[in-house]
Amino acid sequence: MPEVPIDIAHVAKLARLPLSAEEAERFSSQFGRLFEFIRELQALDVEHVHPTAQVIPLHNVLRTDEVRPCLDHEAAIQNAPATEGPYFKMPRILE
Amino acid sequence: MSKVIGAPADTEAVIGLEVHVELLTASKMFCGCRNAFGAPPNTLVCPVCLGMPGSLPVANAKAVEYLCKAGMALGCTIAEYSKFDRKNYFYPDMPKNYQISQYDMPLTTGGSVTLPSGKRVNLTRIHLEEDTGKNVHAGESIARSAYTLVDYNRAGVPLMEIVSEPEISSAREAEEYLAELKAVMSYIGVSDVKMHEGSLRCDANVSIRPAGARELGTKVEIKNLNSFRSVGRAIEYEIERMRACVREGERIVQETRGWDEGSGTTHSMRSKELAHDYRYFPDPDLVPLELGRALLSRWRTELPELPAAKRTRYVRDFGLSEYDAGVLTSERSDADFFEAVAAASGNPKQAANWMMGDVRKVLDRAEMTLASARGRPEQVAALITLVANGTISGKAAKEVIESVMIDGRQPADVVAERGLAQTSDAGAVAAFVDQALHANADSVASYKAGKEKAFEFLVGQVMKLSRGKANVEMVRGLLKERLG
Repeated sequence: MPEVPIDIAHVAKLARLPLSAEEAERFSSQFGRLFEFIRELQALDVEHVHPTAQVIPLHNVLRTDEVRPCLDHEAAIQNAPATEGPYFKMPRILE
Repeated sequence: MSKVIGAPADTEAVIGLEVHVELLTASKMFCGCRNAFGAPPNTLVCPVCLGMPGSLPVANAKAVEYLCKAGMALGCTIAEYSKFDRKNYFYPDMPKNYQISQYDMPLTTGGSVTLPSGKRVNLTRIHLEEDTGKNVHAGESIARSAYTLVDYNRAGVPLMEIVSEPEISSAREAEEYLAELKAVMSYIGVSDVKMHEGSLRCDANVSIRPAGARELGTKVEIKNLNSFRSVGRAIEYEIERMRACVREGERIVQETRGWDEGSGTTHSMRSKELAHDYRYFPDPDLVPLELGRALLSRWRTELPELPAAKRTRYVRDFGLSEYDAGVLTSERSDADFFEAVAAASGNPKQAANWMMGDVRKVLDRAEMTLASARGRPEQVAALITLVANGTISGKAAKEVIESVMIDGRQPADVVAERGLAQTSDAGAVAAFVDQALHANADSVASYKAGKEKAFEFLVGQVMKLSRGKANVEMVRGLLKERLG
């Protein structure tokens, strides 16, 4: 199996994904292949290439500072799994 | 016994501040929802700021302009190329589970804030991001809440984060730094910078190290600072706590601590595990910013005179003290008012005295500000002129100022109505003087025998006879003449 320079368990925890042992192993091998692709790319000389953050050939797409109608309050919270009064209700933050 | 390195007397504090400033735009950062404080919960929200699938953010041009202007005012370098990144974390205050922020290519870098002492605190960067929602904790405290209630009205409000280098050395300097930032932001009009409403917020990174050392000590981040005073108090407390740790031979732990205003202490906040692993990556929904020189130089020309420049000018042109110049320039609207009074009266020193003295006093008493008061600069200037040309005494003017500022009356009308005008008629004043001399022969004798105090008594007698209306300078002059 190719070497994976990242900690799958750690990444899964950050992403709040409860992976089974079988899944962890499967993703680990898939990540390994991804890292092989990346190693191939790293062989290229990119010294004079500007780092690319966006491939769409646009910049400065901005909107004028104008107020638009908001969602109706009832509509805004209607899909929430839980609400209380006008608020979204969430599990407590600190364990 | 050898000296212990790091003992209290040998330590110095190293402080860096992260200041968040909400921008005063009409709409939010990436959607058209109104940007306003105090609306009913979850009424200023839309699919974009609620992070609904399929919605797309578009950056607010005004927010970009405001951030660049703030950067220019602080001497920052504006980036030729800048982009937005996603800061990923799970916390109920962000509906998308990420915050749009800027990671490695912020809009500005460098720049500095100059403290009243002349010390310059360098800035690392200023970046643009979106504010988070507000958690309302059910129950008596965060720790005991069974659940959390969230209001997303604030989610997506344009926010700039101003990060300083760790170059602040005391609680006092931290407060001065904040005050200067606040003044600059209010001058350029990019924020209302109200700490009590959260449009100006501050976290402090504090560490101590042996005096003169180069390496930084272990830092602690202090949160929950809700006023200038709490920033100062929390930093003072934290420095002392760290010194005590060192004294006791304990290790200082890198952590986030919350300030508790009530007890005046900081306490360890349960660290959000892995909280600093944000896995930033460029936001694919947004395209980069390349603002170009023409736009940047136009914004630069739109900047007003800044507080530091005003202070220098007040000291140089008006002959005011540094302190007075500082007080008068802390709010732009106050400085504008003062300058209008100075110009209309032609007497900047008197204008400064009135603004910091009796004008402030009557406004404070009425719980009003210069903006809400009815008196305008021209009226204050007219009052100063009435004193300067001898129409009324300084004492009488103090009686007039309240009607001028609170009710917006014309000073000349109040003076006429209350009969406060002084008598500068030489004949009338001379008559009062002669009458007083005649009636107080004893005092005249004791003055002539060298008792200086008797002179003031005689002045008082003349004023009494004239019922306060004789021009006191004329009275003094005539008395000296008669007694000399």
